[in-house]
Amino acid sequence: MDLELTEREFMYPGHVGCPGCGAAIAMRFVLKALGEKMMMVLPACCWSVIAGPYPSTTLKIPVIHSAFETGGAVASGVRAALDMKGDTDTTVVTWAGDGGTFDIGFQALSGAVERNEDFIYVCYDNEAYMNTGIQRSSSTPYGAWTTTTPGKDWKKMRKKNIVEALAAHRIPYAATASISHPEDLVRKVKRAQAVKGSRFLHIFASCPTGWKIPSEMAVKIARMAVQTNIFPLYEVEEGLHYTINYKPKRFPVREYFKIQGRFQHLKDEDLDVIQKMVDEDWELLLRKAGEHA
Amino acid sequence: MKQVLEGSQAVAEAVRLAGVQVVSAYPITPQTHIVEILSDYCATGKMNAKFLRVESEHSCMAALIGAQSAGVRTFTATSGQGLALMHELLHWASGARLPIVMAEVNRALAPGWNIWVDQTDTLAQRDTGWIQFYCEDSQEVIDTTLQAYKLAESVALPVMVVLDAFFLSHTYEPVDVPSQEEVDRFLPPYEARFELDTKNPCSFGPLVPPAVYMEMRHDMAAAMDTALATFPVIEDEFAALFGRRYGAVEAIACDDAEIVFVTSGTITSTARLVLENLRGRGEKLGIAKIKLFRPFPVDEVRKALKGAKKIAVIDRNFSFGASGIFAQEIRAALCNAPDHAPVFGYIAGIGGRDVTPEVLEEIYWKTKHNALPERESVWIGLQEVSHGS
Repeated sequence: MDLELTEREFMYPGHVGCPGCGAAIAMRFVLKALGEKMMMVLPACCWSVIAGPYPSTTLKIPVIHSAFETGGAVASGVRAALDMKGDTDTTVVTWAGDGGTFDIGFQALSGAVERNEDFIYVCYDNEAYMNTGIQRSSSTPYGAWTTTTPGKDWKKMRKKNIVEALAAHRIPYAATASISHPEDLVRKVKRAQAVKGSRFLHIFASCPTGWKIPSEMAVKIARMAVQTNIFPLYEVEEGLHYTINYKPKRFPVREYFKIQGRFQHLKDEDLDVIQKMVDEDWELLLRKAGEHA
Repeated sequence: MKQVLEGSQAVAEAVRLAGVQVVSAYPITPQTHIVEILSDYCATGKMNAKFLRVESEHSCMAALIGAQSAGVRTFTATSGQGLALMHELLHWASGARLPIVMAEVNRALAPGWNIWVDQTDTLAQRDTGWIQFYCEDSQEVIDTTLQAYKLAESVALPVMVVLDAFFLSHTYEPVDVPSQEEVDRFLPPYEARFELDTKNPCSFGPLVPPAVYMEMRHDMAAAMDTALATFPVIEDEFAALFGRRYGAVEAIACDDAEIVFVTSGTITSTARLVLENLRGRGEKLGIAKIKLFRPFPVDEVRKALKGAKKIAVIDRNFSFGASGIFAQEIRAALCNAPDHAPVFGYIAGIGGRDVTPEVLEEIYWKTKHNALPERESVWIGLQEVSHGS
């Protein structure tokens, strides 16, 4: 495959992530796609730790760590300052986890996008508060065990559809991507970088620690999420124009769930419910993309 | 040039003159004219600044943290509930050593909804690492806001310029507004000590282990001490250009005073009048006006209160389960000083109630007629309240 990527690395060798960390893979590709003319806002998330403790860092770019719920707001301030200094070509990127995006940072994100602040917001999604000990977020999928949805209290609510929420803001560009499809991911990062205004990338980033899978399965499990339509790859322009980038063969969700420790308690009938949800969501997406099934 | 301005307008004029580049604000509690005027200045080009109309006070401070980290001079204004919502990020701004300046209009905290003056909102933020100035009139507001930038940038700590709701924020007074040339001589353009820079990539605010965190906090403590030493130098420079100085503590007729009032904010102006009246009747009253609350000017407080036989602290705020907050600070400042006078604590003017000359005279006579304080805090002017049957 041809990624048309620089050989230059923007991460130093070594980081403090867990073995097989999907978020670390996501960061490496996104940084290579963006290049050096960028600065990053890093609200509290796994990457607050992965980057390493003072005085070391694994990131070769300017980074401002920030409070959990401030990703959209701090980036607005950085952008405003750069504009006042006449620097309009440096890309400002917020790099946040699902908790900082779907939950506590949602207000600041919504505010920034409503103002159409000129920045890229990247949410790397590992479907729970992993860094703090695998607690449930509104991105945690239906059926999942977490330390705050234990035993019979496994999560009974759907995962929040964050891209739809952003599309409802008529954001100029929003897209999903996965660490399992780097060509697609890199293309979307570069595309986002070329757009003015607010841009949102939702990157599926597996977490072997929290999902209870072997670390060597990190990329494979992400690919399975795409191939089962659990995490479809698509883009939305101006909140209206949908493009589905990849149409999988629609493997049954059962395989994806069977190999993850976090779903081991689910019974066959639970998996049937989940299959129905995934099929519904896919039909809905097809309709939005004008591709009736 | 002399102009008749509200306290809010005085803040806005200072912010314009200071060459602030990013302003961010949110309208709760409610806001004051400060941000309306600055919006207008940004829209009409009277200021070359970007105005960020954020969706909350929390995001407001977060945006300023981002902007200041990217190397520009910033400003916001808030009040009461808004400041309470900002709390987490007040710690962040000071810990990141960002010289952000904020005007804070003291308003009471809900419930019940009360937008009138009460200092509990800002005093509840005393441990956030922000320098705090309390102002008496609009001239002091404009002067202090300009000094705040100089002090903040010299010690790398944020500054809160505090003014009373309505009694100062919405009251018109003649104010000497300095010219841009004069201000430029006092306050040069902002030069960041450190900033986000693609040519020199650094990480700000990462994970910090116990081996380093304590030293970082000690650096902040040292910067606060430096601020205490630097403020008089900045006042000297200011006085040389503009002919006005205030002092961290202003000791008014304290030399021969038997009873000294400790005041802050607009209550000081009323106290000045009461002092004149009582002195005319042979009563030896003095006033120690506290302008600088953080860092707390312990030495100057001790000096001002050295000769007093009794000290009467007037607090328009309250720390529940303890006492008035200025009274706590005064007691703490004096406890290791030899032979200090007893400290009488009075709570007055809570939630915007008027503190009239009569109220202050009542405080004076209560203090004079009691050898020692009856209680830690005496609430003045409480009415009988019937809670029904």
